[in-house]
Amino acid sequence: MKKLAYFPGCAMKDQARPDEAGTLHALAALGYEVAEIPRWNCCGTVHSLAKDDLMRHVGPVRNLIRVQGMGEKRVLTLCAMCYGTLKRSAQFVREEERLARINAFLDTEEDFRGGIEVVHLLTLLRDEVGYEKLASRVKRTLNGLKVATYYGCVLLRPREFAVDDPDRPEVMERVVEALGGAPVPFPERMECCGAYLTVGRSDIVTDRVGRILRSARGSGADLVVTTCPLCQFNLAERRPPVAPTLPVLYLGQVLGWAFGADEPANLFPLGGAR
Amino acid sequence: MNEVTVFIMGKGYHVPEGLTIMKAMEYAGYRLGRGCGCRGGYCGACATVYRLRGDYRLYADLACQTPVQDGMYIAQIPFTPAERPPYQLADLQPRGETLLSLFPELARCVACNTCTKACPQKLEVMDAVQAALRGDIPQVAELTFDCVSCGLCTMRCPAEISHHHVWQLARRLNGAYLTPRALHVQKRVQEVAAGVFKADLDALLSLGKDALVAAYKAREIES
Amino acid sequence: MASELNLSRDHLEAPFSRRVEELSGENPYACYQCGKCSAGCPFADHMDALPNQVLRLVQLGDEAALRLSAPWVCASCLACAVRCPKGVDIAKTMEALRLLSLRRGITPAPVVPDRPYPQIALVGAYRKLTP
Repeated sequence: MKKLAYFPGCAMKDQARPDEAGTLHALAALGYEVAEIPRWNCCGTVHSLAKDDLMRHVGPVRNLIRVQGMGEKRVLTLCAMCYGTLKRSAQFVREEERLARINAFLDTEEDFRGGIEVVHLLTLLRDEVGYEKLASRVKRTLNGLKVATYYGCVLLRPREFAVDDPDRPEVMERVVEALGGAPVPFPERMECCGAYLTVGRSDIVTDRVGRILRSARGSGADLVVTTCPLCQFNLAERRPPVAPTLPVLYLGQVLGWAFGADEPANLFPLGGAR
Repeated sequence: MNEVTVFIMGKGYHVPEGLTIMKAMEYAGYRLGRGCGCRGGYCGACATVYRLRGDYRLYADLACQTPVQDGMYIAQIPFTPAERPPYQLADLQPRGETLLSLFPELARCVACNTCTKACPQKLEVMDAVQAALRGDIPQVAELTFDCVSCGLCTMRCPAEISHHHVWQLARRLNGAYLTPRALHVQKRVQEVAAGVFKADLDALLSLGKDALVAAYKAREIES
Repeated sequence: MASELNLSRDHLEAPFSRRVEELSGENPYACYQCGKCSAGCPFADHMDALPNQVLRLVQLGDEAALRLSAPWVCASCLACAVRCPKGVDIAKTMEALRLLSLRRGITPAPVVPDRPYPQIALVGAYRKLTP
């Protein structure tokens, strides 16, 4: 078993529980001993794009300090948003002067020494597990189910933190393929769902979600998968009345199902694929 | 008698060493109407902030529990305005989203930990905010059990969270819905309602004062 | 009627432009107004000025940029940033405009959750839309 520090984030303990359950089931089957980091706090969801953004790195860096305290060198995230903020902060403190400023502010914590790597489930599956091993361990095949792979924004942008080529990503498609599905790389797969605008401007998000779902359906998909709980919420809750009734699942749910995890009721499109 | 110099609301006073901030203020002539309650560290009324000479930190503590130090700059914060939306406990669900629905500003936490540093009860306040944010009601209730609602974390919070109202709701939800029922209490309540103790109570009520005092003195005391 | 455009260093040195540049770290004058950002913006339909127009106002030192709804409609998806041929991360310019507004006490509609939202939505909204 290979030990792997894991930062869940709020969503995995709430709305995205099925994502976490499925992913952890699959990772155990793939030989990982996943250890949740202690006393973790919210990642902040959205990173600041301003120059004076020190404060926004405080939360993520605290989590990296917890990883350091476990004696680990890297940390796994499942949520696209958590990946974005933690990855960005891990990069931010690579500069000595910034690291010193953060440590000066975090005067009640042990000093952060840097050097923690943040990995997303997708990059772990690609770079360490490998598509072939993934395919060879699958217990239930998706049997050619047409799966629309929705990346959204944070997994691919900015370029320096992208899990794959931000112009032509394929990692999610290759994972779906390894699980026996037929990936549908639909035109809107890299376009934003509207994210947090859902709180005050649901009209905009509803417009975006309609376009995304029509694009996926138009490309022949039976199902949409995502790794972002905010995308999942918007795609499920902000559908325009005339939008295609495509189910939207977390990648972890599909992964868990393929590795034989108990089947929650909402996985009907997968059940149909047997 | 050794004296120390403290500055209360910007004015210097020489006060005896060893007094609490509260007693030092009274020694200096303040009459405390607000900002003073139980004097025992339980009621949370005497929230106070201070700085020490040559130290950048702003300390927060209860005036009745903190001895004065030489060169202390002191101000009391007798009350912290904090919003508590109306709710009926009976109408609420003990679910994670309940805290966030009533106190959505929990989501503004930036994990700066200022609240924890401000807590005179030495609670892990930020951990409680984070537990509330992800909807872990029992964890919030446990972490905040010793909160005295002094409001110091709320005053210092850059995210403008009304901490003690969140904690109170979490403890109420936890107590009402999530902790195991005390079955022996339910059984006793039923016995009272069914009149099991009526005869004994009537007998007690019919005793005169002297007999009642004698019965009290002769009562069985668990050791 | 075509309006007259006064090209002078006065505009380039407008404190507003400089402040936006300082806060965003992006040089607004690198932009040559090709419009690729606006063409690829998934939210352009909902904006009262296109992203390249917002940047134009910043170039001109025109604080009207702060009165637009466009920066508040921008969801920081960075589609523009990866497309810009000049390497201008206009999403950072949008962020700087939001922050300048928020720090001056100008806010969009206050964030009032009208239903239960997941943490991820609220945290994002508060961080981007409240001071």
